[in-house]
Amino acid sequence: MNRIYLDHAATSPVHPQVINKLVETMEKAYGNPSSIHATGREARKELDNARLILAKSIGAKDQDIILTSGGTEADNLAIFGTAYARKNLGSHIITSQIEHHAVLHACEKLEKEGFDVTYLPVNEQGQVSIEDFKQALRDDTILVTIMLGNNEVGAIQPIQEIGLFLKDHQATFHTDAVQAYGLMPISVEDLHVDLLSVSSHKINGPKGIGFLYQRKATKLSPQLFGGQQERKRRAGTENVPSVLAFAEAVSIAQETMDEKQKLYQNFKEIMISTWKDKGIAFQVNGNVQSTLPHILNVSFKGTDVEALLVNLDMAGLSVSSGSACTAGSIDPSHVLVAMFGENADELRNSIRFSFGYGVTEDDIMEAATKTATVLNRLVK
Amino acid sequence: MKRSTTVYYFDHSATTKPNKEVLDTFVKVNETFYANPASLHEMGVDSNSLLSRARKQVADMLKTEESKVIFTSGGTESNHFAINGLARTLQGRGRHIITSSIEHPSVLESMKQLANKGFEIDILPVNEKGVISIDDVKERLRKDTILVSVMHINNELGSIQPIKQLAEVIHQHSRAIFHVDAVQSFGKYPITFPLIGADVLTLSGHKFNGLKGTGIVAWTGHVSFEPIIVGGGQEFGLRSGTVPVPQAVAFAKAMRIAFENQEAMQTKYIQWNEKLRNFIRNFKDIRILSPEDGAAHILTVSVRNIKGEVLVNALQARGIIVSTSSACSSKQTKISHVIKAIGLPDGYTKGVIRISLGTSNSDEQIDYFIENFTAIIKQVKGD
Repeated sequence: MNRIYLDHAATSPVHPQVINKLVETMEKAYGNPSSIHATGREARKELDNARLILAKSIGAKDQDIILTSGGTEADNLAIFGTAYARKNLGSHIITSQIEHHAVLHACEKLEKEGFDVTYLPVNEQGQVSIEDFKQALRDDTILVTIMLGNNEVGAIQPIQEIGLFLKDHQATFHTDAVQAYGLMPISVEDLHVDLLSVSSHKINGPKGIGFLYQRKATKLSPQLFGGQQERKRRAGTENVPSVLAFAEAVSIAQETMDEKQKLYQNFKEIMISTWKDKGIAFQVNGNVQSTLPHILNVSFKGTDVEALLVNLDMAGLSVSSGSACTAGSIDPSHVLVAMFGENADELRNSIRFSFGYGVTEDDIMEAATKTATVLNRLVK
Repeated sequence: MKRSTTVYYFDHSATTKPNKEVLDTFVKVNETFYANPASLHEMGVDSNSLLSRARKQVADMLKTEESKVIFTSGGTESNHFAINGLARTLQGRGRHIITSSIEHPSVLESMKQLANKGFEIDILPVNEKGVISIDDVKERLRKDTILVSVMHINNELGSIQPIKQLAEVIHQHSRAIFHVDAVQSFGKYPITFPLIGADVLTLSGHKFNGLKGTGIVAWTGHVSFEPIIVGGGQEFGLRSGTVPVPQAVAFAKAMRIAFENQEAMQTKYIQWNEKLRNFIRNFKDIRILSPEDGAAHILTVSVRNIKGEVLVNALQARGIIVSTSSACSSKQTKISHVIKAIGLPDGYTKGVIRISLGTSNSDEQIDYFIENFTAIIKQVKGD
């Protein structure tokens, strides 16, 4: 059976060019970049080049990039690092109810330690309101952390507006750009953010690598101690092959961004029109106009998500009910709860389709048709 | 002088080149099992079973249970997680921690942070061989000692700590958890929980021909940790972040290869070490710092009145790669904490080089080193 993988927001296959880069580097630049001999220096040079590619992709400088083991570590570093470095300036933190768990659980942990956290609500489109944000902001707010694009429904948040509003405020502004990165142009200057997290495996790079952008002079206390790597901001032997491969994935993602946006928009239209033609009762969760291009979250009336997932899987479609990260459980999505309330039907009948490298129009037509067939069988 | 094109790599304690089989496995898993192991669909389930298999292999080799192994981003994170994770869990019982003065910076820096948070850190001195005293540990153990963290093989000297006896003393006289940083010893010495007696172990993949960015923490018995990285709750809730399945599988593979070749390689390291030692002994003003009963794969020496950096560069011109002390501290110009701890006579503190052997070496390479070393020393001394 032809398996169609439409779960690219959970993780994505590594691009063949990226694999080549990875293997090539492991064979050639295997030195420890902290070593002073030639093998080490060569690895250092390659690492510096790669770091520059990462930096340029968001309009930053190379020294602003802290390499991490992935998006979760980057988010944790941003949140714990800011909270501990700036607790003398206040204890208030603002985030939203629809953040990734790497942000939410970090904030909850800080709450237990005595920090005061405001979780901003979202509207039915999954967006934070700038008015709510302004009301929540206090003189003693030290950190605002709001994601750029949501991982479950794709809702894009008003980051630039918040950033502009914070220009004359003491709060450090962090955005989790893990899902948005590579699919929409990002400039840390335009967005006015101080910290921004990115993960490699969402954009066809290797797993286990990511970065945190840190604007110059933004205070951050390190969370991992040891050697002097990453300008003392993150210890541990640099993962040179993965960083180089990540940079390769970034280059590809930047080059193909326009193309992907158009392609995925087309994918969404195909799925939606197929289901309309076949008389499926559904509704798109979130506003298609302000959603990340690769995410389509749909509520299918009169179905149950567990039965739906099992049947779609048997039909050869790898999709998900929300984020993969709530390891192995189908607890109601906190994002859908925030959008629709605790008792809404959408919590029990929504599916996330997410697109990425290798998915073709034919795959999408087949997936849309198969989904319709499964639905017709389930909803009698 | 013309730069040599062949590389004679003697810096395996800094990092190693990944094994070809490990690399192949890594590529294959990336191509086939790329799904997120936390996803519920079949592809996710397949990734997850592969991950479980890798975890089981690791657990079996170390002789512990599958539920007592977690994958991390490397040795530094592993040490950090073990120390902070334990300290945070056990702080209700006490705040006294014992470690040694020659630990890896990832341990010592973590300890410094804990000291700032009000923990009492007791730092054991070492003798001129870089070895701690068991009686010393025994004397320092208290009712409120919650953790003892001592490395197995030191990365700068190769000194071996009496881990097994240490474990017995700790377990007999206290309720403290015993953590062992075995980053430098796996693949060189037989490492299993029953053999070394530790409660918690950390390993790093890139030190035994595995991949960079891979490591584990493993434990035995009743040990609980507070997570450091929080989020999706992966790795039994102890370490959040999408688990890189290809890396985990590659780690298990590298471990198995190192495990299977350990005895054969150890025989080689002993031969090579002896040969190098006997040769270097002839130099009047070179002092061998690595103890005779230390690990055979690390031979650290010091040349009187010469800077380590100068030696590294001169050797490199002939294709011989060695390091000053550890890579993690080689960018600092100050004298390494390990070298300070063993106390060296004047003139010998700055000329330290570490020759660390590994799977990429051969008899011919050792001979090449010996053939070229005398000339290089003459050259740097301007004789």
